[in-house]
Amino acid sequence: MKTLDLSYVSDNWSDIVHRAWQHAVLAGLPLLIGLAIALPLGWWARRSTRLRPFLIGGAGLLYTIPSLALLIVMPVILGTKILSPWNVIVAMTLYTLALLVRTVADGLSAVPGDVEQAATAMGYTPVKRFFGVDLPLAIPVIAGGLRVAAVSNVSIVSVASLLGVSQLGYYITNGYQRSYSIEVWVGIIGCLVLALLFDLIIQLVSRALTPWLRVRGAS
Amino acid sequence: MIRFEQVVKTFPDGTTAVDHLSLEAPTGKITVLVGPSGCGKTTSLRMINRMIDPTGGRILIDDQDVMDVDAPKLRRGIGYVIQHAGLFPHRTVADNVATVPLLLGTPKAEAKERAHEVLELVGLPGDFADRYPAQLSGGQQQRVGVARALAADPPVMLMDEPFSAVDPVVRDQLQDEFLRLQSELGKTIVFVTHDIDEAIKLGDQVAVMRVGGKLAQLAEPAYLLAHPIDDFVSDFIGRDRGYRALSFTESPRLPLAPEPSVALGATVDEARAATGDDWLLVVADGRPQGWIEPERITAPIEQGMLHRGGTVATEHGPLRAALDAALSSPSRRGVIVDDDGKLLGTVRAHQVLSAIERADRPEVHEEDIAPTESVGEAAP
Ligand SMILES: Nc1ncnc2c1ncn2[C@@H]1O[C@H](COP(=O)(O)OP(=O)(O)OP(=O)(O)O)[C@@H](O)[C@H]1O
Ligand SMILES: [Mg+2]
Repeated sequence: MKTLDLSYVSDNWSDIVHRAWQHAVLAGLPLLIGLAIALPLGWWARRSTRLRPFLIGGAGLLYTIPSLALLIVMPVILGTKILSPWNVIVAMTLYTLALLVRTVADGLSAVPGDVEQAATAMGYTPVKRFFGVDLPLAIPVIAGGLRVAAVSNVSIVSVASLLGVSQLGYYITNGYQRSYSIEVWVGIIGCLVLALLFDLIIQLVSRALTPWLRVRGAS
Repeated sequence: MIRFEQVVKTFPDGTTAVDHLSLEAPTGKITVLVGPSGCGKTTSLRMINRMIDPTGGRILIDDQDVMDVDAPKLRRGIGYVIQHAGLFPHRTVADNVATVPLLLGTPKAEAKERAHEVLELVGLPGDFADRYPAQLSGGQQQRVGVARALAADPPVMLMDEPFSAVDPVVRDQLQDEFLRLQSELGKTIVFVTHDIDEAIKLGDQVAVMRVGGKLAQLAEPAYLLAHPIDDFVSDFIGRDRGYRALSFTESPRLPLAPEPSVALGATVDEARAATGDDWLLVVADGRPQGWIEPERITAPIEQGMLHRGGTVATEHGPLRAALDAALSSPSRRGVIVDDDGKLLGTVRAHQVLSAIERADRPEVHEEDIAPTESVGEAAP
């Protein structure tokens, strides 16, 4: 076994940072888009008992599609170039949705019934109530779902290197082909650090948005 | 005025919760809906602000059919208080209270200011404003609930068992404050409870409902106690209704006996001089503090030595209070005070009883089930 030669890391530092940034965008942007789409779908699933199984079941089904297959059919469906990052972004958005529609519906269900009733009785319109009362109270549950989706996205995105879309997965496939273990480690550790960073950011934002959960005497 | 006209609510599953209910809640008065669990009180209340839509009949607020008003708009003009307050856990007390003014488009600073005013009104001092609901006791949360309902100064208030989740002492206190507030504000209130004592204490009129959502009797509390219309109503209002009815009979001039008393801090000699071997009344600034047993007068009199079991009645208060003062007093002499709480004298139970025998029975109105003629009907 070769001695670990850390000079690979310092020699390629700017390239690593660049790919890490691309990886972050490919995993992070779908998280935001997915959340934006999951909010109305989750709201809808919560409101309509008839549609609920279809919305949640359908979304969950997306997650069972193998990532490689989904990435390969994306250009066909979207009409994009095979190397376009949009293939990855749309595919990752679908995976995010698969996890978040249910999470959003669960989060909204966790809002206490008497609080919802009170809001309606105060004269909130449904839309105002959603943004003013239901959504803020669902933040902790939604943040939990986002953390799972973030980690899952970071790991699935690395598969996209097989299609030649630039991100940290490149080091894993390339290092594997060259039997150059330090390069594989760069890919693995890079993904790990990225996932931890996402997790940390989501936790911090969620905490900042929910000051009432940390007051003295709160249960 | 709120008027129910033959209102029916049948839920999709076939349950008829409210069955041809007709009644009037007069402007500026408290109308209490009372009845056993499941008799349709909450359903009736929620049809007023369209949380539930009736399946038959109509509900008018000042001659306007509620179904003709946009629901959110209608609700912003109607205060609503529920059992567990239903405060928004993610908003501070002040922000909770400012909810409806903000929905109505009041500028932020003005709404905040209004919130502080209303909080003051319900007896929550300024430092509560920035707390979150989780940092309040149940009773305090309930006050905030009332403040939130009052913030936009709605003419109509709906209250669904607002005081039933707090302990009896706090409940009593909240009820008293509620009555004081109402005497200042004069809202048109529909109040739901399953507690007949609460209904009788708070209601200007009480509507007793029976399971199946039918109105059994609508009457003023004193009349209800004296003339329950049938077995259901008399069972529901309970056994000791004769005693409770005394709450509505103002004391006539009672034959007060002068009561020797000493001030707090009196020396042993002073106290001994004031009494023989009988209980001695202790006052401070002329206000009764409690009784002291002669055997316990061994040192200058202080608060800790007093028996505090006796209640105190005011001169022109209800006969029930006078009787209770006599019954609860360790000396068997009931303490009567003036409106400032200063000692006037004492009265014995048999004297109160003979006053009761002489007192008029509650008036009889022709209003058993027919809606009462409302007072002050000409509201805008
Ligand atoms: N959404 C609903 N669907 C079907 N039935 C309902 C619904 N809401 C209430 N009911 C039924 O209607 C009846 C009246 O209910 P309501 O809540 O008005 O009673 P209540 O007098 O407020 O009782 P409580 O004192 O227990 O609060 C009950 O039999 C109840 O089961
Ligand atoms: Mg109820």
